[in-house]
Formats: sequence, structure tokens, C-alpha cells
Amino acid sequence: MPRNETVTGNRQRDFGAALLNPELPLPQGIVGPHGKNAVKRFAVYRNNVTVSLIDALAGIFPAIQRLVGESFFRDMARLYLAKEPPRSPVIFEYGGGFAAFLERFEPLARYPYLPDVARLERAWLDAFHAADADPLHPGSLGAIPPEHLAGTTFTAHPATRIVRSGFAAVSIFSASREDRALEGIKPGDAEDGLIIRPSDAVEVRRLPAGAAEFFTALIAGASLGEAAGETIARHPGFDLPSAISAMLEAGVFSGCSFGAANSEETA
Amino acid sequence: MTQSAPKSPIVETSRFPTGPLPPRAGAGLKTEHVDAILADEHRIGFLEVHAENYMGGGGPAHRALAAIRREFPLSVHGVGLSIGSEGGIDPVHLERLAGVVERYEPAMVSEHLAWSSHDAGYFNDLLPVPYNAQTLDRVVAHVSQIQDRLKRPILLENPSTYVAFEQSTMSETDFIRDIARKSGCGLLLDVNNVFVSATNHGWKPMHYLRDFPLELVEEIHLAGHAEDVDDEGDLLLIDAHDRPVADAVWKLFEIVISQAGALPTLIEWDNDVPEWPVLRREALLADAILDRLGPASLLGSRHAAE
Ligand SMILES: [Fe+2]
Repeated sequence: MPRNETVTGNRQRDFGAALLNPELPLPQGIVGPHGKNAVKRFAVYRNNVTVSLIDALAGIFPAIQRLVGESFFRDMARLYLAKEPPRSPVIFEYGGGFAAFLERFEPLARYPYLPDVARLERAWLDAFHAADADPLHPGSLGAIPPEHLAGTTFTAHPATRIVRSGFAAVSIFSASREDRALEGIKPGDAEDGLIIRPSDAVEVRRLPAGAAEFFTALIAGASLGEAAGETIARHPGFDLPSAISAMLEAGVFSGCSFGAANSEETA
Repeated sequence: MTQSAPKSPIVETSRFPTGPLPPRAGAGLKTEHVDAILADEHRIGFLEVHAENYMGGGGPAHRALAAIRREFPLSVHGVGLSIGSEGGIDPVHLERLAGVVERYEPAMVSEHLAWSSHDAGYFNDLLPVPYNAQTLDRVVAHVSQIQDRLKRPILLENPSTYVAFEQSTMSETDFIRDIARKSGCGLLLDVNNVFVSATNHGWKPMHYLRDFPLELVEEIHLAGHAEDVDDEGDLLLIDAHDRPVADAVWKLFEIVISQAGALPTLIEWDNDVPEWPVLRREALLADAILDRLGPASLLGSRHAAE
């Protein structure tokens, strides 16, 4: 559709700008009935927009809200939504930039793990709404002729996400979501998170060293042999058999194929 | 070499019951109520969902809605198409809505007389438009565009509003009637919105209903509202959807039904959502009115004739 840039085309722009910025005056032409003022009336829209979007962010990032406290979260969410209002009416996709916002948010500089916790929460909701697919059957690899195993490639399950963190983001995420104290967690311990939806429920798991690189390579299309070789080169102690059985058990992938015209259907 | 394709979502392999929304009470579907609704001996007349909540690819939300759809008539209610938008209908979002409609084959599709998106972003609220010839042309074009894409008529809902525009030259009822005439859409009459807007703008709700083209109404909405005050300290009603339907709104609903006949009537409750039995109680109140006043109504025979 053509974007209207006429005088009337600016009316909704002014209305929208005034919604997000209470410092701005009422948009031109906005009135109450019979010549009444419309300041409080317009404030209803301001309030609806702000409160509904803060509520949406609180629903998407409940672990962050619990970690920073509700009133701090709501004040911070208000700043974020004015900076980055949703781009689409699909509100469950909102907040893609929230982690980056937290990274630059000075009052939280002492809690550098929060952005990665937010990334886990965003990935959790992506996984929740991702398309359906049956996970690769755990027996599938056994059906592949051994000489073709190294060349086998995989298709990620639509829900699969990996979030790597230089902090204990997975432990902190899990504790916050489960309403547990952070006692015993060392925030500076690096953790990699795997997000999956093997059945109807989204799960977030902590990955052993090397597994995130291994899975990431496979998701990007590397063959089993390539991914294993690269990972072992960087993590000599990498337990490849455990990683393979873990990925099958967790439903990280929904399909695999090897050479020729063969395809390994999910069962 | 091929890759195994993801299995088709379960909803595409099942066939849903067809048919119109029944002229009974329905409820806005909340995820937390799905099990209670499916297990309830009282079979609610229909359920309505916000289309935007089902625009993801799959997962538990779709699994729950498919289970509901197999047993109940469904109405898909869009909140994000921004029909009043100066910038046009977002074709990407229209495709998303078409996807939901194709997936669930709902008995009804409806949207709002409002806008919610601009270049700056999506405001997550139903914002008002001035009622004049220019807006009318724009809204008619957008409704037509939506109906062309969905290959079916939609219902347009009257808004609740808090401000007016100096640029308005038409009454809301004339404006809505003209949209329906020119676009061929049906109407969704939100009786709570009538009461809220009438109070906020100093109209008489009865005058509004007298002027409203009831013969084009195919669905009713009922909801609760909150009370606030305007700049002069006068009552200002807020379309809060967070409590039971007000007595005054039930009265207006009785008047509408006694004139228009029994119509599919939705109880909307979107904030501070209570347990399912509380919503069911509201639905039973609406059913009692539909049963009592529907058959003897002035226009009632047109619905029975189907
Ligand atoms: Fe409504």
C-alpha cells in the first residue's frame, strides 16, 4: 500500500507520537464533547497503550521482572516501549531488542547477566509458538549405514534455540522462573542454554562445554563429521556420544539425511 | 538428497464442524479456561479468539484451539489490522489473518472500526478515527481489501471512544451504516461500547440504537466497564473488560434483542480474568435474555428462517 504523506497522513503520526510521549501537547483537533477539554480523555489512550505494553513485556520477561522487582521493571519497561514500540500486532513477538536495551541500561550495570536471561526468555516464547514437527526418532541414526554417518546432516526442530552466555544465565533464568533464590549460583560461571519443545512444553537446559558449538554447527548445516571435528578440536574432552544421545533424547532435530537420494524420515 | 519435512500441523488433517455461530451466548477464549470448557456439561454456544494470539506457527496454543474448534463454533476477532489506518492495511498482517482463517475455518471473522498501527509502530490499543467522508472512503477501501483477501464478508465493530475530533462531520451510526452499505460488511454491535461512548460523549444510548442499522448486526458483544472522571470531573467510562456486564448494559441488550431477535452474543472478559464458572454465569444470563426476548422480537424471524 502507498504510504500516505499528505497532511491527513500526519494526523495519526501526531496522535501516535503524543501517545508515547506525555510531554507532547494534545494532537490537533482532539476534543471532548460540547467543547470540553480532552486532556484526561486523551490520557486514557496513553494509559491503555503504556499499561498494555508494559503488561505484555511483563508476560514475556517474567524472570527479569522477578529479578529486578515489579515496580523497577514497570518503570524500565515504560522507557523501553517508548524507545522501541512493537513493530507488529503479533505481541508475542515483541521485545526482541529488550536484551540489548538491558545491556545499555546504566542502573542495571551491576547485573550483567540480565541481558542473557532476557535472551533466554525471548527464546522460550519463540519456542512456545514455533511450528509443530515430530522430533527425530532416537533410533534414526542407528538405521543409517555406518559409512554414511559422518556425512549425515540435520534439520533443526522449529522450536530449537541456543543461547550462549558468559554468565550463569540458565541457572538464574530457571531459579527466577521457578521462584527460587539465587543462592549457590555463581553469576560469573559461563553457561550455554538449549531451548527445546520436545512435547507440548518448552524446556530450557544447560549444555555441557562444547555442546552449544556442536549443535550450532549442525543447525547451520554442517555434517555430523564436520561438526564433531570442529568441536573436538576446540574442546578436546568433548563427549561426542553423550552429546548425540542428548540431542536425540531432547528433540533438537526433526529430520536428518545422508548422501545420495536417501532421506531419513521421522518416525 | 532430501530433508524430512515437518509434519503437517494436526489441525490441517482434521475436519472441523461447519455452520454459523448459533444465536446463543459465547465467551472470549482464555487459555486457562480451555480444559474447563471442554469438560463443562454446559456447552457454551461458541468461542471467540483474538486472531493475533494464534499467528504463531504451532505449539500448545494451537493444540488447545484445535481441540476447542473440533467441538464448538468459533469466531475469529482481529485486533491488529488497523482498518482506520492512514498508512493502509499491512499486507503482511492481512496474510497472517488469512492464515488463521484458513487454519480454523471460523464461522465468523470480525475487526474493529479503529486504528492501531502507524509507521512509528503498533500501539496495542484501538484508537479512534474522525467520522467524515475522507475516513469513510479509506475504511471502506480497507474493509473491501480484507474481504477480497479472505473471500468472505467480515463484521465491523463499533468502538468505545474517549475523545472526539473537530474534523468529524457525521454521526457514528451514519458512518458505520455507510461503511456497511459500501463495503458489504456485516456489523458487530458491542452494546457495552455503545454505553461507554454514549456516556463519554453525552449521547443517549437509546438514540444511538434507534439510529444503528440493527438489521445488519450479526453478532453482539457484552463486557464490563470501569468508571473514571474527565477533565471537568464528569463521569468517564473506560472499556476495561475486567468485570461483569453492568446492569445498564444488560438493559440495552434486552432492548436490542427484543428488536433484532436472538443473535450470537459474546461475553468479553480480557483483564483480571476470573475462573471459568464466572464467565459461564454471565453467558447464562445472556442466554436467558436471548431465550426470553428473542422469539417475540420484531426482526426475530429472519434468524429463525435460516
Ligand atoms: Fe467488543
